[in-house]
Amino acid sequence: MIRLGVPSKGRLMEKTFEWFGKRGVTLSRTGSDREYAGHVEGADIALVLLSAGEIPRELALGHIHLGVTGSDLVREKLTRWATRVETVTQMGFGHADLILAVPKVWIDVDTLDDLDAVAAQFRANHGHRLRIATKYHRLVREFLREHGVADYRIVDSQGATEGTVLNHTAEMIADITSTGETLRANHLKVLDDGLIHASQATLFRSRAASWSKSQTETFDALADRLRNG
Amino acid sequence: MITAEDRARAADLLAAFVAAGATRVETELLQPAGTLLDLYGEDIRARAFTTQDPLAGEAMLRPDFTVPVVQAHMSGGADPARYCYMGEVFRRQEIDEGRPREYLQVGYEVFDRADPAATDAEVFDLLHRALAPWDPIPALGDLGLLIAAVDGLTTSDKRRAALRRHIWRPVRFRRLMERFAGQTTTPAKRAALLARLATEDAAALIDAAGPAVGLRDGEEIAARLAALAEDVTTPPLSRTEAEVIDALLGMETPLSHALSPIRDLAVDLPGLDVAADRLEARAEALDRRGHAPHTLPFAPARGRSAMEYYDGFTFTLSARGRPDLPALATGGRYDALTAVLGQGRSIPAVGGVIRPGLLGGLT
Repeated sequence: MIRLGVPSKGRLMEKTFEWFGKRGVTLSRTGSDREYAGHVEGADIALVLLSAGEIPRELALGHIHLGVTGSDLVREKLTRWATRVETVTQMGFGHADLILAVPKVWIDVDTLDDLDAVAAQFRANHGHRLRIATKYHRLVREFLREHGVADYRIVDSQGATEGTVLNHTAEMIADITSTGETLRANHLKVLDDGLIHASQATLFRSRAASWSKSQTETFDALADRLRNG
Repeated sequence: MITAEDRARAADLLAAFVAAGATRVETELLQPAGTLLDLYGEDIRARAFTTQDPLAGEAMLRPDFTVPVVQAHMSGGADPARYCYMGEVFRRQEIDEGRPREYLQVGYEVFDRADPAATDAEVFDLLHRALAPWDPIPALGDLGLLIAAVDGLTTSDKRRAALRRHIWRPVRFRRLMERFAGQTTTPAKRAALLARLATEDAAALIDAAGPAVGLRDGEEIAARLAALAEDVTTPPLSRTEAEVIDALLGMETPLSHALSPIRDLAVDLPGLDVAADRLEARAEALDRRGHAPHTLPFAPARGRSAMEYYDGFTFTLSARGRPDLPALATGGRYDALTAVLGQGRSIPAVGGVIRPGLLGGLT
């Protein structure tokens, strides 16, 4: 039996159930809506319902063999993610882009080149580094290091990130956006080259979990069905 | 793990530094995070362990000694001064799990205004002699040449300052050079903005773009727009001058063979001459201490992407036959750091550290 971790609520859960169902694997919750237990028909698999944010860690620890979560969460939460999990397949839903956004009124800023120049100007004027509110600390830091942007500072924001600029707790944000409406409502715009990661729901395989011969066979048979679905 | 043998070896190295005339100093293991973040930027978070103190705020486990030693010196050290120290440093390892998270450093730092070439040679020689039983491979650099070249470019102050700011970030430096040399095209959106600025009022354009949100205000945006408009009229860097920078970045040669081509480059970029004089004086000082320049591999840009921001002489001493290991010793000159931490005062400074933990496995 292999253990499959799936988001425990919301649209991500519904879409995941639907996606597996289309491929002949029926996932269902057992008991009441509040009980985080599940059931799989049609394969020797145990369903483990978890918060999407916990799935990367559970995969890395090998507590689950397979897991469905956003590719952004895996990249943010796991160092050297590709050595710890393997992408089985992208699932084609849960699309969300992690982007850098600045106030629309910054008409002098369209690109990372501009951002870097403005960060220097801001630090000289204000005596502190330009603050970027985000919960994606690692992804933002690595992206900006790769592009040689300096003189910024990350401030943690676990929710309502778009509002931080209005509240003067940050100068700009890095956040997930699927439609851009919240950005517009908060008078923000996306940098032209500010796409940090295009995330979607992805089925990952743990490299740390123990894989017996029968578990590997179960996985191989399942993977064929899922990829060809 | 730090072994008892590592500590014994570190103690021997420290004794040699004391014998060379250095005063032993201690620094705190918990360093205020603010200072390190201001110096190194957000990248330091990937490399240092951050912890929280309920009263003092964010702290970092000492990622290196240079900053606290400089701070201690700048707040009332003797002038000149020589310090040595030994202790743990802590580094987060996000890329290579095999690398140690804590290890010992034994270091020697000189704060001396008198003769930079001589003190450069003194530090290199002392560390080289300490590692002589392991017959290390030396490698030298000099970021002062690159800085002097940038300062000597025939262009606007703003462009020179932008390049200076990114000396230690090769990717951004390259992009700036390409842009300033006119090798990139202006994005259509930017061209349109610049065209409008030529005929319309900047403040009106800013007002029309949306409500003013955040700390960065209209005046700052207008100031940057003015800078952009001015930059458009700045002529591109001359090919010759850009080639001097490229030549410095690409140069790799024994130290004995570096001076002549650099003097040639200085014909095209006269600002280089002073830095070339320093290089020459240092080569002579090293020679006087028994390090013949033809035995010393030299690349001006060496040490450029190291965490420490060296702004002059740099060096490494590496294990022979073990390219897999980090350098056994690293060091360099960091005059600018003393100004940053000195609250208005500064003093020329050079130093280096040895990692005794790497020596155990070597024969």
